[in-house]
Amino acid sequence: MVDHLFRREAGRLVAILTRRFGPQHLHLAEDVVQDALGKAMQTWPFTGVPASPTAWILQTARNRALDQGRRSRLWEGKQAVLLPMVEDCLDSARRSQGPHFEDEISDSQLRMMFVCCHPGLAPDAQVALTLKVLCGFGEREIAAAFLSNEAAIAKRLTRARQFLRDARVTTDLPRTSELAPRVAAVQQALYLLFNEGYKATEGPTLLREDLCADAIRLGELLAAQPFASQPETRALLALMLFNAARLPTRTDDGGLILTLSRQDRSRWDQGKIRQGLANLAASGTGPTVSQYHLEAAIAACHALAPSDAETDWPRILGLYDDLLARDASPVVALNRAVALARVGGAGAGLRAIETMPGRDTLEGYHLLHAVTGHLWLEAGDRAKALKSLRRAHELAKLEVERDHLSRRIADALAKPLPANP
Amino acid sequence: MSTTEKPQFLLLFRNSQSGPDPTPEEMQQIFGKWMAWMKAMKAKGQYVGGDRLDDAGKVLRTSKAVTDGPYVEAKETVGGYIIVSADTLAQAADIAKGCPGFEYGTIVEVRPIEKLPPI
Repeated sequence: MVDHLFRREAGRLVAILTRRFGPQHLHLAEDVVQDALGKAMQTWPFTGVPASPTAWILQTARNRALDQGRRSRLWEGKQAVLLPMVEDCLDSARRSQGPHFEDEISDSQLRMMFVCCHPGLAPDAQVALTLKVLCGFGEREIAAAFLSNEAAIAKRLTRARQFLRDARVTTDLPRTSELAPRVAAVQQALYLLFNEGYKATEGPTLLREDLCADAIRLGELLAAQPFASQPETRALLALMLFNAARLPTRTDDGGLILTLSRQDRSRWDQGKIRQGLANLAASGTGPTVSQYHLEAAIAACHALAPSDAETDWPRILGLYDDLLARDASPVVALNRAVALARVGGAGAGLRAIETMPGRDTLEGYHLLHAVTGHLWLEAGDRAKALKSLRRAHELAKLEVERDHLSRRIADALAKPLPANP
Repeated sequence: MSTTEKPQFLLLFRNSQSGPDPTPEEMQQIFGKWMAWMKAMKAKGQYVGGDRLDDAGKVLRTSKAVTDGPYVEAKETVGGYIIVSADTLAQAADIAKGCPGFEYGTIVEVRPIEKLPPI
């Protein structure tokens, strides 16, 4: 288990300080925490980690703020107003009993989720800000997760902070009248955050698993609030838990991708699957069925199937039909075609792909060709299978995906084809 | 200190500020390496003591010229020290080779703590 003390403390401290300072001073809170964490990194090897790291870092931040030499640079004359707030936080950390201070941190993090996922921010800005502020990721790491560059992420974050200042966003929880869309925005950002971690297995695997773990942690924080614990929140949490249960088995020992049918199901995390089922049960209390409900139900089918062959594909196909009726996205249609092929044969899957609306928008998406190639192979047409798999190989952006496709191409060349499909 | 005791050496860490600030996750890695190094020295009975130094400081060139240390903005600051026990300077330098700070611009100076004959 990798320890994330520094990242965890960064997320806690930025939240409680921004709660006091107000989101217009978010950047100061981030800088103050970054600076004090740097001291912790240099000091703790000599002293050991203090009993309350949060209080230690706050104390250090306060001392650094008082330091004449630093005052001008970091605090820019704000310290007369803001420093007492740091001291107040420090008092709270020292004075109140552990659970009380922990409650304050959880409450601050919850409020920061609504700040970071403000509807005035674009979804990608919401996710980047959530990662930076609540999860303690650096710009380099966010860029790696988004397959973007550091400068672009820095710019996105700067604009987001600017918006929070200009729009005078506060850390007040949303009013009842605007609660539904605000909670929906947080749900969507957590969904994107999770998928960002889940969708690829490139490079820093641990970083990606951290994204998923953080999305679940924040989802649990949201679900713990009576006002936000709607059926949709529970369904989202269930969806993330089912998928996270499979995370460790998605690659082999050499880091190569293992598709669902090749994963070792005995290594799926049964604890997460149980939690997922509990949340799925709790999500069934409302009148509406959301996209999260449908995706969670699909993930549950996989999580509960004892083997690939025993998977309830007709039910999965039905759920994809419902999903497609809500959201006519070509990616959903592609996934539906995979399920259809398992129910009605490769030919049916291929026809569905051929005729699906918006197919041309997926022309540059390697998975379209990978799925098509796989189905042609099953249908017994090696030439067409190889053509599609090679196209998929050309289009795949990640090395690990290209390796996976190279193996599929080798399989296709070696595979004895069915005599008369 | 008796002359029969094992010699001691000062390891002085000079940190130069180079490159971008580490992210919290990178700090975790750096911190973890330092902890592992310290633990290994303690396990081998090499570690005598040490501490980190604050960035603040005063520099005196004469009794009348006391200035705030050039530490805050300096390119290179003494960030801390440890004292190790080793048989020889070469052995102490070997211990210093384990310092995880090199990849982040730390320079380690190893100096024997001089032991003069008892008066």
